[in-house]
Amino acid sequence: MTINTEMKVRVAQIAQVADKVKRFRFERADGQPMPVFSGGAHVIVSMRDGKALRRNPYSLMSSPEDTVGYEISVLRVENSRGGSAFLHEKLKEGDELVLSQPVNLFAHDHRAKKHIMMAGGIGITPFIAMMDQMEREGAAFELHYAVRTRTHGAYWKELQQRYGKHRVKIYCDEEKLFIPVADVLANQPLGTHLYVCGPAGMINGVLGKARELGWPKQNLHSEEFLAPPPGKAFQVRLARANRTIDVAPHQSILEALEANGVEAPYLCRGGACGQCETGVVSCDGELEHNDHFLEPDDKASGKKIMICVSRIKGNAVTLDL
Amino acid sequence: MLVAGIKSRPVYGGLNVDIHARRHLFALEGEGALALLDQLKAVGMDVLKTADILYVASGSKAEDHDRTLAALGADSFWLAPTIPVLLNRFHVMLGQAHMGTCIYVAGTEGFIGQAQQAAMNHGVDPASVHSEHRGSAARRVQCVHCKGITDNVTTSPYTCSACGLSLLVRDHYSRRLGAFQGVCIDAEEPGTAPKPEELFP
Repeated sequence: MTINTEMKVRVAQIAQVADKVKRFRFERADGQPMPVFSGGAHVIVSMRDGKALRRNPYSLMSSPEDTVGYEISVLRVENSRGGSAFLHEKLKEGDELVLSQPVNLFAHDHRAKKHIMMAGGIGITPFIAMMDQMEREGAAFELHYAVRTRTHGAYWKELQQRYGKHRVKIYCDEEKLFIPVADVLANQPLGTHLYVCGPAGMINGVLGKARELGWPKQNLHSEEFLAPPPGKAFQVRLARANRTIDVAPHQSILEALEANGVEAPYLCRGGACGQCETGVVSCDGELEHNDHFLEPDDKASGKKIMICVSRIKGNAVTLDL
Repeated sequence: MLVAGIKSRPVYGGLNVDIHARRHLFALEGEGALALLDQLKAVGMDVLKTADILYVASGSKAEDHDRTLAALGADSFWLAPTIPVLLNRFHVMLGQAHMGTCIYVAGTEGFIGQAQQAAMNHGVDPASVHSEHRGSAARRVQCVHCKGITDNVTTSPYTCSACGLSLLVRDHYSRRLGAFQGVCIDAEEPGTAPKPEELFP
């Protein structure tokens, strides 16, 4: 079941906050309050860009207590599929958009004695909301934030001012400063949890290091939303609906289904949550699994696919839909 | 008589030494000593250099496991006279421990439950505590009526040590309390409880 009570919002403010990073503030078109969320939550932003309907997940970065509006920050990606280009170049203040209800796949563990967050670049966004909540809860935390240059890094000055330099540490690639992961993880009190958000290489590096240092997997958390990678066109056959739908090179299976009026379940649209798991009846070609959700043996079995980010290399795949 | 097939019934995955851990903290009770000795056969004696072992013999005094454990040459070994005394020391050690310390618990279910409870109070997810059930199947059970806890319950029904009701033992388990739940079996007609069956020898 997809929880899909969407909210119509108006763009209340657009601000350039760093090189290639813009912040967008959304307020409800009907003036009603937004629901309170929890730090780490994201929303799906639906954008009508000409003929195309784009739906991308973005972490909420405003205070979870702010029910007047939600804020997201978006990095302008060079090889954008269209979402970040649309938001940066076409969207204007006063325009209307549709947001999903907030969903949290990256909440902090309230049993923890201490929280350590490591952010890379735009991966800072969920932590801004999380720290706001942790500060109010009186939880112990520290943030280690890696940026490419001081002008690329968003919000680091504000965060240092608000929480102090002892809790917010900045590492700048350009100055040859990197997060000293092993030093940070040494001598942390029992019951410390670690949260990582950033590029895949950083997440894997940090979590691998933590495992090597004997941190149990229950104390490790990460989030990375994937954009569905492009590929060659293929066909999707729906076994139950008895329909055949074309998937274009730059389209995900989920997007192709939606473009043809098929309502398939989804939540994060970034390969993280597992909501869109779909049974594969047969595949004329090779499944290309791009998600973070399925276990390796599930991927190898060829019986399941996450239709939000995965596709096939070949002619056609028959799904249990 | 037992109410089984309840999801909360704990499953113990085995001590399985984590070779990446910087320190190893073992809390062992009775036959739980054998779980560690078996692990050492599998992974070698090196882990002992960074291991602290807490042990209470409970019903296994005659087996002299304490001598075997003391002779292993772990970084520290401490023999406790009773479970509550061991748990006190365990609590202090957890308070001083750092991430990278792997926690191991072996013995009867009642002991494992109480040790996991101590670890939980230090922010440790019970799923990351390595545990192995050894020795008696006796259970620690809470009376859901008076909240009195009876240790080493071997029968169902049993008589609550606090309020005297006849209690049916269920697989329903509370991690917070480290105890199974016992429910009055003859509430409608007191005195008609079936005979206790020895289910957890």
